[in-house]
Amino acid sequence: MDGERIKLNEIIVPAAVEKYDEINDRVSDFLRENGCPENIIIRIAISIEEIFVNIAHYSYPTDRGGMAHIFYWLADGNFSIRFEDEGIPYDPLKKPDPDITLTADERSVGGLGIYMVKKNMDDVLYSYENGKNKLTLVKKIVKP
Amino acid sequence: MTITKTLENGTMNVAIEGRLDTVTAPDLEKELSGALDGVKELNFDFKELSYISSAGLRVILSLQKVMNKQGKMVIRNVNDSTMEVFEVTGFVDILTIE
Repeated sequence: MDGERIKLNEIIVPAAVEKYDEINDRVSDFLRENGCPENIIIRIAISIEEIFVNIAHYSYPTDRGGMAHIFYWLADGNFSIRFEDEGIPYDPLKKPDPDITLTADERSVGGLGIYMVKKNMDDVLYSYENGKNKLTLVKKIVKP
Repeated sequence: MTITKTLENGTMNVAIEGRLDTVTAPDLEKELSGALDGVKELNFDFKELSYISSAGLRVILSLQKVMNKQGKMVIRNVNDSTMEVFEVTGFVDILTIE
């Protein structure tokens, strides 16, 4: 750290699939404003979709719902985004990777989301603290 | 997302424009899943497809499974970012991409 202040951006939304567009637009605009190449923005957008949709579908019981708290920032050439929710504890990193060598007929549809996040990001960190799932994605921004 | 679909003599051509994501993938599934009776060839044009996530892959794979039973499926004009997704997920090996 060189003492430069890091600006933390924050989005608080209900954990509902229809909020995904709003998150994606805000984060993509932020990355664009900071000169991030489009191919990296797409990889980050795919990862955000997978994680947020997972939270929206599975984190809270359907009759109750809940909030998702999202922080994102740039520091030392890395983009980081952290998703927090107070739902059911779930570590997506424990999910086994799909076998991507199977034929179309052998494969089951789905199960690729978290795998794509792991492949697209440089780092994925999960913790459960104070009743919260915390999942952080980190991507190095390489400018052309 | 805009879907443009034509059907002639058992060949269906489908052009997709825009994003194939969690919100739009169910629309593609609805548009095609009940419309494949008698279709021997399903051709996709992905020239204007700007984005695909796992929700899109799920639909593409289920269509590939259907077409494996009754004919063939070909995807054309795949852009770089979509190709990256196909490579990461091994879809390059199970789809016919021209």
